[in-house]
Order: sequence, then C-alpha cells, then structure tokens
Amino acid sequence: MSGDKTYCVALFDSVSHVMKAEKLLKEADIPYKIIPVPRSISADCGVCVRFLPEQKETVMEALRLHIHVREIREL
Amino acid sequence: MKPVYFDNAATSWPKPPEMMEAMVRFNESIGANPGRSGHRLSIEAARVVYEARECAARIIGSPDPLSISFAKNATEAINCVLLGLLKAGDHVVTSGMEHNSVMRPLRFLERQGVGLSIAPCSPAGVLDPDDAMRAVKGNTKVIVVTHASNVTGTLLPLDDLARIARERGIVFVVDASQTAGSIPLDVVRTGIDVLCFTGHKSLLGPQGTGGFYIRKGLEESVSPLMRGGTGSASEFEEQPDFLPDRFESGTPNAIGLAGLAAGIRFVLGLGVEAIREKEAHLTRLFLEGMAGMPGTRLYGPQNVRQRTAVVSFNIVGMSPSEVAFELDEQFAVLSRPGLHCAPAAHRTIGTFPEGTVRFSFGYSTTEDEVRRGIEAVAHISAAYHKRTL
Repeated sequence: MSGDKTYCVALFDSVSHVMKAEKLLKEADIPYKIIPVPRSISADCGVCVRFLPEQKETVMEALRLHIHVREIREL
Repeated sequence: MKPVYFDNAATSWPKPPEMMEAMVRFNESIGANPGRSGHRLSIEAARVVYEARECAARIIGSPDPLSISFAKNATEAINCVLLGLLKAGDHVVTSGMEHNSVMRPLRFLERQGVGLSIAPCSPAGVLDPDDAMRAVKGNTKVIVVTHASNVTGTLLPLDDLARIARERGIVFVVDASQTAGSIPLDVVRTGIDVLCFTGHKSLLGPQGTGGFYIRKGLEESVSPLMRGGTGSASEFEEQPDFLPDRFESGTPNAIGLAGLAAGIRFVLGLGVEAIREKEAHLTRLFLEGMAGMPGTRLYGPQNVRQRTAVVSFNIVGMSPSEVAFELDEQFAVLSRPGLHCAPAAHRTIGTFPEGTVRFSFGYSTTEDEVRRGIEAVAHISAAYHKRTL
C-alpha cells in the first residue's frame, strides 16, 4: 500500500495512549494516520500512529511532555 | 397519574435524550470492539471510549484521562482498589456511614487479617475529623469513606480527611457514588488518591458504567482484581502494568461508555455548581415542608450545605415499606424504603433494622414534585394517626 514511500510509526503502551496521542497531534495540526502495528515490528494486536519522517521532531515535541511514547520506528 | 421519581440515589431517571442517542449511534454506526482490531470502526470505538475517559476525568478534576480506569460500577471499582491495596497486617479506617459496597469488602478483608477501625458518626451522620484521626494507627494504609451518605445525604469532610491521610502517608480512597455529577469534585486540589464513581447516578449515564481515578504512580501498589485481554502487549502472557490496561481486562462496555460520555457532557453543560444549587434548593424546600409535621421523623443534617439531595424520614408507627407502598399506590410517588444496602449507616442514625423511607431528588426534579411528595407524606401520616388514635 505504501509503495516506496518511507514512514515513521510511533508506538504506545495501549490504544488509550494512541487516542490521547491522536488528540495531541490534531491540536498541533500534524498529519497522521492510525494503523495496525506492522507485524515486522511486533506481534501486538494493537494500533500505532504513522506519520512522515520529516515530521519526527514536531511529533516528538507535541507528545513529549504529555504521553509516554514507547518507540519511534522508521518503516 | 404521572409518576414522581424520587429514587435518583439508586439510579437517576429520566436520563437525557442525548445519552440514549449516543448509544443508538454507537450501535448503528460504530459497534466494533475498541482497540482490538485496528480497522476504522475499531478505532472509532476506541475514540468513543477515550472521550468517556476525558469526560470522567474532567468532571472530577483530573488533568489526565488515562488516570481513569473503567469498571461496571462503583462497587467493582471499590473492590478492585480495596482488595488490591490491603493485605494481612495492614490497617484501614472507614466511617460509620458506609454503604455495603465499602463495608462488605472491608469485612471480607478483616477475615483475611486486615485490621479495621470504624470512625463513629453523629446520629445525623456527621463525621468529626478528630474521630477519624483517633482511629488511625501506625500501620494504617488506607482511609476509605463515602463522600456522601446514600441514606441521609450527609457530606463527609473530605478536605480534613485528605489532610490527615497526606500527613501520614496514608492512601485516601473516596466513594463518590452519591456525589459525582451533583457536587463539584477536584481530586487534585482536595488530595484524593483514589476516587470511585458510578456512571448511572448523577453522571446521567447508563447502568453498567463506572470506574475509578487513581493518582499517577499509586497504581503500582494496587494489584488488579482481574487479568485478561487488553488489546495491548499481546505478546506477553502477563498483565500489563500501565494505566488503564492494568485494571481493564476484557471487552469494555463501549456502548455504555458512549452513553456515559453523553451523560457527563449533559451534566457539564448544565454545570455541576448549578445542579448542586438546584438540588440544595429542592432539599431545603422538602426539609421546611416536613419540619414539625405531626407523626413524622426526619434524619440527617438540618443544613442543606451539609448534605446532598437525599432525604430520609419515617412515619412513626408505620414500617418504611408500608409508607413506600402507600406513596406509590395512592400518589405515584416513587421512593426507596428499608436499609438502602447500608446497615452501618442505619445503625449510626438509630434506624436499624427497620430503616427509613428515602426520597432522592435529581437534576430534573421540580418544586411541584417536591410539594406533591410532602403532601403525600402528610396525607398518609394523618390517615394513619387518625386511625390509631
């Protein structure tokens, strides 16, 4: 689906955390998409937040103080 | 005859139409399991549940929605917290006005070797903070009290109890079943470590919703009541330790939480302060109307500032269930007679084992309804006492 394009994903403890992250990203006007956690990263059955690599700093800035980000990975 | 519903302390009714609309909307256009699958409807369901978390956090003054763990009601929340915190050798202090949702878990824990002290309350249900302080021991781990009695409406002194707990490193647990949504709450400013709430009373949500707030970091000291699927950390066979998943196993009542969010939004729209003022006014109206009524006895504090919109009374000579039956039969006034699941509170106010008749008003109760209630009690009392004279 994503072709050659690279993305970043932010991983969180649970879906409740993803929902909180979504609110923060919306407030900061940062484009994102909630997707199932890719199998290559984890066997987890939950969801994570996908965004463009060039926005990594902005995303971290929006989330850092408010929520525990488990990991950011490039796909 | 249109019924007059005076049983809001058992469950509020009528609920706002917004609550039912939110539940219908969830069922018709979302319906999926929140946070379990990752498709759009599952994510939308998770959004609904998160909104309920935001609403619950906001109405009790918590800055973080993730400090809220949902349960099926306040009883489940209280059990989770007390059974998860207290172990043999610990000591716990409670009040003489508790509901069985607190007393029964505590009596169970007492048999497991947890020390239990009950701070006595006055016949009006008032707790003197000094009596609570005297009950504290060196190994007291928890002070747990109801915010307001479900029998007399008496408010307990949370600020003083929170200070006593804080100064001694004791965990302060509050059962806000009777107050969340009808009395302003601020867990941070008051210094409450755990606040248990139910969704179907003054928060105007559906039955089957509730939960608790827990101060960040304290969750590590509370062993969960249940373990199971959370949709998170699925590669591990151990329960996750983070909030809220630590305490939320199994598919949640998402449709109920959709309704709870709408109920709380409705309450926030009216304003908790405004609801409090309205209910205090109705309570004053009732107490004034009942004052000096021949053959009746009123319980609880005189001052409406010291109580919620819950009132208890008896007609001397009649059993509470007889009175409640006559109120319903002749006047369609719906009350709750008996012990109200709170034998300890009835012992304190001197009405055990017969109990009382309870009226509990709500956000939609009118002055006319309160007057109808007073007239109905007056009529039944006069008829009974005429017969017995």
